[in-house]
Amino acid sequence: MNQPILEVRDLVKQYPATTAVAGVSFSVPEGICFGLLGPNGAGKTTTIEIMEGILPPTSGEVRYRGEPLGVRFREQAGILFQKTALQDFLTVRQSIALFRGLYATGLDVEEVIRLCALEKLANRDSRKLSGGQQQRLLLAISLVNDPAILFLDEPTTGLDPQARRSFWELVESIKARRKTIILSTHYMEEAELLCDEIAIMDRGQLLAMGSPHKLLHEHFAEVMLELPRQAFTPAARALKLSVIEAAERVEISTHDVEGTLRQLLEAQVPLAQLRIRPANLEDLFLELTGKELRP
Amino acid sequence: MIRRLLAVLHARNLEFVRDRGTLLFTLLLPIMLVVGMGFVFGGPERPLFKVGVVTPRIDRQANAFLSERYVEFVAEPDEPGGLYKVTHQQIDLLLSLGPPLRYWVNTDSPKGYIVEKLLLAADPQAHREVVAGAAVRYVDWLFPGILGMNMMFSCLFGVGYVVVRYRKSGFLKRLHATPLSAFEFLGAQVLSRLSLILFVTAVLYLGIGTIIRFHSAGNMALLLLVAVLSALSMVALGLTIAARFSSEELVGGLLNVLTWPMMLLSGIWFSLEGSPRWVQWIAHVFPLTHTLDAARAVMLDGAGIRQIAPNLLYLALTALAFLAFGAWSFRWRID
Repeated sequence: MNQPILEVRDLVKQYPATTAVAGVSFSVPEGICFGLLGPNGAGKTTTIEIMEGILPPTSGEVRYRGEPLGVRFREQAGILFQKTALQDFLTVRQSIALFRGLYATGLDVEEVIRLCALEKLANRDSRKLSGGQQQRLLLAISLVNDPAILFLDEPTTGLDPQARRSFWELVESIKARRKTIILSTHYMEEAELLCDEIAIMDRGQLLAMGSPHKLLHEHFAEVMLELPRQAFTPAARALKLSVIEAAERVEISTHDVEGTLRQLLEAQVPLAQLRIRPANLEDLFLELTGKELRP
Repeated sequence: MIRRLLAVLHARNLEFVRDRGTLLFTLLLPIMLVVGMGFVFGGPERPLFKVGVVTPRIDRQANAFLSERYVEFVAEPDEPGGLYKVTHQQIDLLLSLGPPLRYWVNTDSPKGYIVEKLLLAADPQAHREVVAGAAVRYVDWLFPGILGMNMMFSCLFGVGYVVVRYRKSGFLKRLHATPLSAFEFLGAQVLSRLSLILFVTAVLYLGIGTIIRFHSAGNMALLLLVAVLSALSMVALGLTIAARFSSEELVGGLLNVLTWPMMLLSGIWFSLEGSPRWVQWIAHVFPLTHTLDAARAVMLDGAGIRQIAPNLLYLALTALAFLAFGAWSFRWRID
């Protein structure tokens, strides 16, 4: 079996008032996109920052290609933080060139600019970019050393849907180059689209890990019936159904779609806005944490 | 290592040069100060002779000459201090009451010539000794102080605020995720600020020097060495203050706590000669005091490296100590 590119062993991060990470262990095989999912405060940013070597753990360790994080890791890792400011008064090209100068090897500045579709913005002051353009620049900076492993911490939070899709396309093109990607995200659609394996965290602990398909198969043999909350009558509530109530909708998981539909009709539930769909990562997340993923 | 240091140095220089407001302010403030101070203090002298007397307190009964009208007599606590002043025409004549009565007159001073006649009329037996030296105008004496003050502000606030801003914005955290070391980052900041300060100081030296017709008595290479060591010491001090904090207000306060005593006690505006010993002791803790002592010795007295060696050594040692402490206590991110 190939050695994993990254191993996390018994990671603990203790702050005076709280335990942010409470004994997390997992390993990431080379060449996959690994998703770290969790609600706010789950400990995923702390975990990812320890994995990046930015934050020291209270105990436990992270190993890159079998070695503790060191110079080799810093030379070969690309990092996109949740929030980053760049140096003022530099253009896009100069910002990329600054970071390129910090690595012994890597891509040509113009190649990185092309890769992230920044050609038309190359001479613009980096402070004058839109949110999506800014994220593309930060992604470009994280690619200057042609990293073997790329950390993306909630890279599309706050972007509009079009900018988010455009960013996903960029990440897919990086995946196609056989890079290992560690991605933390709030967006299930993002995780489903990009991740080969996911780990779900809550309260500093790992709740589940595996490929999205495998996890869904393990936790859901059923399909989901989705109804508006107001359509779910008191009579329906009295039925013996497996129900998850979210903010504005009610979801029923069932093996027997026809039988459940009959029960709902008998309880005089209006079915005009009924949706039937297979279970997705959001359902899995709700099932495991009891929380909605996005705040 | 050099490649990474140069990358950060180049980016920091670009940032400084493109920040037009800061650049303009850095150049304009000292020019305005010198022109203003020159206007206030560089005007015609008062029509009065000034004679120094080597004595702790003037006693007008001690000699008939001390009763002369239109002559101001000032007590000089020691002979070397009085000789320095008569050499630089800060006083017109120096008198030692003896016995025997001795006096020193500057042969280049017209006022010294006249006041000597007055003295000999009052006491023909007075023993004459001569010194020579051009007059030092207040504006000439002030000039090194203004250059030093500009360096101090530029070193401390320029570096201190920049590092805190980088830390607060998360830029330092991003740099920490690269192979860049704290020493390389700090080294780049020191070199960037050092080169900018030397450039700005050279422009100010030439520009203001031309305006006030200043001619340095000493060696320019030695003066450059004073400027380099002084800037290194004060940049490193700024980095020490900014090494771990992330609040601009706190760092601004700490920098003010440092700069105000230096402004008042390092001898920018007036000499500390005659001030209490403890004040002089405190003043000599500040790098700026050593900068100004060395710069004035070179610029006004033509001193050589031997005379200012203690000042240079102090500046070099403090630069190393501050830089080592700054690198040791440096934090990339907000804790």
